Amino acid sequence: MLKTLLKSVRQYKKETLLSPLCVIAEVFIEMYIPYIMGMLIDNGIYKGNMAYVQKMGLFTILLTLLSLVLGAAASYFSAHAAAGFTANLRHDMFYHMQEFSFENIDKFSSASLVTRLTTDTNNIQMAYQMSIRMAVRAPFMLVISLIMAVMISAKLTMVFLVAVPFLTIAMILIINGARPYFPRIFRAYDELNRKVRENIRGVREVKTFVHETEQIENFEKSTSKIYKLFSKAMVIMATNGPVMTLTVNCVMLALSWFGAKLIVGHQLETGQLVSMFSYTMSVLMSLMILSMIFTQLMMAQASGRRVAEVLNAQPTITNPVKEPLEDVTNGEIVFDNVDFKYDKDDDHYALKDINLTIKSGETIGIIGETGSSKSTLISMIPRLYDVTGGAVRVGGHNVRSYDLKALRDNVAVVLQKNVLFTGTIKDNLKWGNEHATDEEILRASKIAHADGFIQEMPDGYDTMVEQGGNNVSGGQKQRITIARALLKKPKILILDDSTSAVDTKTEREIRLALKRDLPQTTKIIISQRIVSIKDADRIIVMNHGKIEDIGTHEELIKRNDLYSSIAKYQEENSK
Amino acid sequence: MDKKQQTPAPGKTFWRLIKYVYHVSPASLIISFISVIIAAGSTVIGSLFIEQVIDRYITPMLKEKTANFAPLAHAILLMAGVYAIGLVASYLYTLLMMLLSQRVQRQIRNEMFTHMQRLPIAFFDQNEYGDIMSRYTNDIDTLMQMISQALPMFGNSMFTVVFVFFGMLYLSWQLTIVAVIVVALSIGIVKYLTKKSGYFFDLQQKKVGEVNGFNEEMLNGLKVIKVFSHEKYAEADFDRYNEELREASGNANTFATILFPIMGNVGNLLYVLIALIGGAAVLAGSLPLTVGAVASFMQLSKAFIMPIAQISQQLNSIVLAIAGAHRIFAVLDEKVEVDDGQVTIAEKPGVKNAWQWQVPENGGTKAVPVKGHITFDHVNFGYVPGKQILYDISLDAKPGMKVALVGETGAGKTTISSMINRFYEINSGTISYDGIDISDIQKDSLRQSVAIVLQDTHMFTGTIMDNIRFGRPDASDDDVYQAARLARADEFIHELDDGYETVIDGSGSDLSQGQLQLLSIARAMIADRPVMILDEATSSIDTRTERLVQSGMDNLLAGRTSFVIAHRLSTIVNSDLILVLDHGHIIEAGNHDQLLAKKGYYYELYTGKKEIQ
Repeated sequence: MLKTLLKSVRQYKKETLLSPLCVIAEVFIEMYIPYIMGMLIDNGIYKGNMAYVQKMGLFTILLTLLSLVLGAAASYFSAHAAAGFTANLRHDMFYHMQEFSFENIDKFSSASLVTRLTTDTNNIQMAYQMSIRMAVRAPFMLVISLIMAVMISAKLTMVFLVAVPFLTIAMILIINGARPYFPRIFRAYDELNRKVRENIRGVREVKTFVHETEQIENFEKSTSKIYKLFSKAMVIMATNGPVMTLTVNCVMLALSWFGAKLIVGHQLETGQLVSMFSYTMSVLMSLMILSMIFTQLMMAQASGRRVAEVLNAQPTITNPVKEPLEDVTNGEIVFDNVDFKYDKDDDHYALKDINLTIKSGETIGIIGETGSSKSTLISMIPRLYDVTGGAVRVGGHNVRSYDLKALRDNVAVVLQKNVLFTGTIKDNLKWGNEHATDEEILRASKIAHADGFIQEMPDGYDTMVEQGGNNVSGGQKQRITIARALLKKPKILILDDSTSAVDTKTEREIRLALKRDLPQTTKIIISQRIVSIKDADRIIVMNHGKIEDIGTHEELIKRNDLYSSIAKYQEENSK
Repeated sequence: MDKKQQTPAPGKTFWRLIKYVYHVSPASLIISFISVIIAAGSTVIGSLFIEQVIDRYITPMLKEKTANFAPLAHAILLMAGVYAIGLVASYLYTLLMMLLSQRVQRQIRNEMFTHMQRLPIAFFDQNEYGDIMSRYTNDIDTLMQMISQALPMFGNSMFTVVFVFFGMLYLSWQLTIVAVIVVALSIGIVKYLTKKSGYFFDLQQKKVGEVNGFNEEMLNGLKVIKVFSHEKYAEADFDRYNEELREASGNANTFATILFPIMGNVGNLLYVLIALIGGAAVLAGSLPLTVGAVASFMQLSKAFIMPIAQISQQLNSIVLAIAGAHRIFAVLDEKVEVDDGQVTIAEKPGVKNAWQWQVPENGGTKAVPVKGHITFDHVNFGYVPGKQILYDISLDAKPGMKVALVGETGAGKTTISSMINRFYEINSGTISYDGIDISDIQKDSLRQSVAIVLQDTHMFTGTIMDNIRFGRPDASDDDVYQAARLARADEFIHELDDGYETVIDGSGSDLSQGQLQLLSIARAMIADRPVMILDEATSSIDTRTERLVQSGMDNLLAGRTSFVIAHRLSTIVNSDLILVLDHGHIIEAGNHDQLLAKKGYYYELYTGKKEIQ
């Protein structure tokens, strides 16, 4: 995990190294100051040597200023190293996600990818910053303080032999005691958030079915659970500070007593005892900070793992290794014994034994009930998923031998769940072709019957689409996405239930325009409405992942029960 | 919660918060307050003692022929006592405040949730989901942080500074002046750094928001990006946002962490300065000071600077918490739904599933049978003042009638249906249910007499069984099966791993939109109310299944008053009354044949000359 993450340090190696170096230098000076101060008192003030006091005082001031600069520099370097490293990490994740196949995306889910890219990287940033500053400072300070203390008086240092193990054991006990509660607390939090979310989103349901009291009781269970768990953990954690203070106090008292004995016995000078107090504080403080760092790093570990998971995920669909085909010569599509399932371990095949040849320029309709794998079938053509068995060929070549961008530029899919992005309508249309001229944009919009309403908008083609495309209606959105796909000038155009919110009259006009203006393009139309596909050259009836029948409207209405029953029902209702 | 609403002074919110916390547990707060003072005092006495050990006990001992350790032993014991008191005090306030923070979170969350359940739908329209959500999470978390940590530490630091100041004054007022000057300078530094760090933190938050928004949009649209091979452009945009965040975050964290090394060293500087000036004064004899006093003063001066850095840090988190508390109080201050109706609904004595209104009359109650007769009489309505949505709506839905609402998006169809169970308050006119003005009916009773299937369905985490039973908690398992069969949900439920016991996620991600609609219909069917509202209830169901559901629904609707909003005109042609809406006005009314004969708006819609958007 660490190896994966650390690859993203790159240009911030310098800052990453400078931060601990500054910290170490700062600690050296900081540890040296009490030593000089001790000398200043013993050799200067007690002996009445003002010149010495001045000399050493000035020296100490200089050292302090240097330590200040080093400390500030360490802050600067560590903050920038961590921010840079994390920016790289986000960069690497985002770029890697762009290579993900639909299968990868499904597996992680978009929501989880968002959290990993935001919350988790943020935790890592904090942990990294701490690792190259505090996590260097504390152990270093511990060691130097111990050495200095031993140098002043090895005998007095014996006090640590009792204090340090006591403090360490106490810290371990506290951390271990409280730790098991945290995963439970986090789960309780998730549950609480879920309940709030469902009640905000489903407020109309709660009110309609008069469920307020039940929901409140249910919610109070969650807050009480958090209260109970947290309180238990806190009773343990609250001992942390007092144990620390207890240790410091005892050590101070012990030092006073034994120090006095040594001074009286002329084995120690008073100034040295003062220094001893300082070093003692440093030793115990570093231990405390270490325990804090330890807990924080533990918490960041989970985030690190989640980020590494993304970075280590292999894109399941990649470009062919050698000489990918760059050119799709025509819009012929062949399904050769195609089987497909979404998950290797699934028993259930989403597609089974699909054999199908679609001629270049043909118009194909696909109909079938919800869940009959209509969308799955067409996902195979632009290689949104790879087949499990068999092969799909476009323009005479296996789809796997094409360069992915070339293939997808030539196979335009208007997805069922389509989205527009923040930007102007023109920006969105240009997704299809960034070099499209205004004339081309106008033409595509006219074919998709989008030009009319776009012109009526306040800023026409320069109207801003809000996030999520909330300021255009469902039918308008569908027509913009069709125009966007047309701008690709694809060899194959697939409309996956893309006109469901468009009224039948406009839909027919779009269909006619497609036929008239794009005669060379293979057109595949998935729809739930018979009227949308009845004019197609051939119609495929899908049923439970298999092709049940292929034929023209007239043929199917005679021989296919499923088709004729759908047609009959829709006919009746439109009368 | 209104954005235009003026933010009250932070001080006001702070005192309201303290009052709130105090009411949760007065004893905890008072004991903690006293403990903080004791703990701070004992810390200051402790650091004074260390220096005095040398001056008062050890140095004199050096002058004696045989050292007498008794006074030292005595002092150490005394100190141990002071330490023990300090220890108990600090343990007490740490524990009490931690526990108090938890009690506060429980109480405030419960209060907020309970209050939220009573707020009108308008509140949920006006406030974004994420915004309400963050009050339950971020805002309460920062509040707890403040109560359990910032507040006691702030108090401790404050009292330490005060005690140290008096301690220093006691030792030497001249040296105190030196210390105060240095402290004044360092407060200047702290202020500058805090301001800078505040600026960069705001900037960082803004950039974080931008990057998150961008990521959210891009990752949710990742499939579209792939279909359009748009990866390179997404990456370029991402790099720009990412770089801005990196810079802001680097600066913010630099200023956040730089405070302590700077203040620590300023403390050292003061320490040395005191040594120099104090030492010089002792040697020159110009001030009545002993070496021990100077040493004590030096020690105290160190304890003077650090709390100031801490105070500034705690102040930051207190300000954050006050902002959060303000947002929480804003929810608690929201006005609840108006509910002063007196009429209630009750089961007819001795008859199951037959209902009657209990209308208060001359001290007693009069029973009126529930029939489902809904009338609108010149109803005007707007969600926000000055923007009227419904104009002069009058309609009469007799018991058992099927009423269809037709019109463009925004014409007011859903709005009309929301008026019936009083999700919103109308501006003028009256709506009555069985001849009773609905504002006279207790809200819960009113809603128990109307079932709604909404276009956007929401389920709650739990089993399928629980979710259908949501419609009527006392329904038996058999009732649930029957409702599911009628709604044609039965088939797909059986295909799920655990059938009716399958646990679904509240976000509904495990089911298709069509399946959710089927469940939602089953849920309304089991509720079995005299009035049903179906708002695009079958929009995501394929036509074949829709036909099957329709037959089940027709059974259900028989004898009930129903309001149907549908995009597909095919589902409403058999209605008793079709109301065509345009910009909040009823422009045509009648049954299918009457409206076709009129050759008006409906005719154009039906023949496909006009499109519904």
